[in-house]
Amino acid sequence: MSDVKLDKSSIQWKQEVTDWREAIKVSAEPLLQQGKITENYIQAMIDNIDNLGPYILIAPNVALPHARPEAGVNERGIALTVFKKDVEFPPGTDNKTDTARLFICLAATDSETHLNFLKGISSWIEDEEFINRLLETDSQEETEDIINEFYTKN
Amino acid sequence: MKILCVCGMGFGSSLMLKMTVEKVIQKKGLNAEAEATDIGTASGTQADLILTNNEFASQLEGGSVPVKAVMNMASEDEVEKAIDEYLDSK
Repeated sequence: MSDVKLDKSSIQWKQEVTDWREAIKVSAEPLLQQGKITENYIQAMIDNIDNLGPYILIAPNVALPHARPEAGVNERGIALTVFKKDVEFPPGTDNKTDTARLFICLAATDSETHLNFLKGISSWIEDEEFINRLLETDSQEETEDIINEFYTKN
Repeated sequence: MKILCVCGMGFGSSLMLKMTVEKVIQKKGLNAEAEATDIGTASGTQADLILTNNEFASQLEGGSVPVKAVMNMASEDEVEKAIDEYLDSK
């Protein structure tokens, strides 16, 4: 599971953003800074939501922004961002509005690394206590501590 | 039986759901297989049961294949409950 180890520079705690597009950009920022993805990849993640609808929630409050590797992935990577305030997605055909506060931005280079990432993320979201603790954090340090603790425990 | 896991692009939450379904199949010793696909091709794919999120569930409902919605793609409890409901309804 070393593939999905989050280092400090890929963990973010943010107060709030203006809208969901901004949230996607912010959640991708660490990967962009590290040169792992291109601006085009970020646009592709936003376009996917525009085209397919805002259905990137993998668990209550948890969003998984991602696009295809060929959209602009240089190196595999994963970044986690906690937003203190709800990020609202546009309503779906059922008129319900989804909100999320935990964004896991995913950039895979091939299907094998992609599957490994998904397995790792599955182990996060099946641990409801871990997710709830992350949602309750009030600082960058606290967020990093909870994630480090999770790795020590597992 | 065949369980189809559906999401927007067919390689994110549907793959995650497929992994969870496979764990449940193994745990329960079911004679079943799981497949992941995107919403565009889902309605044309043969299956016995469709598992997906709330939104796609409402889009896919009304077809010949029963559809169940799952909130947490990694929750074995939720998936097991959905499969049990389907098996009970047969």
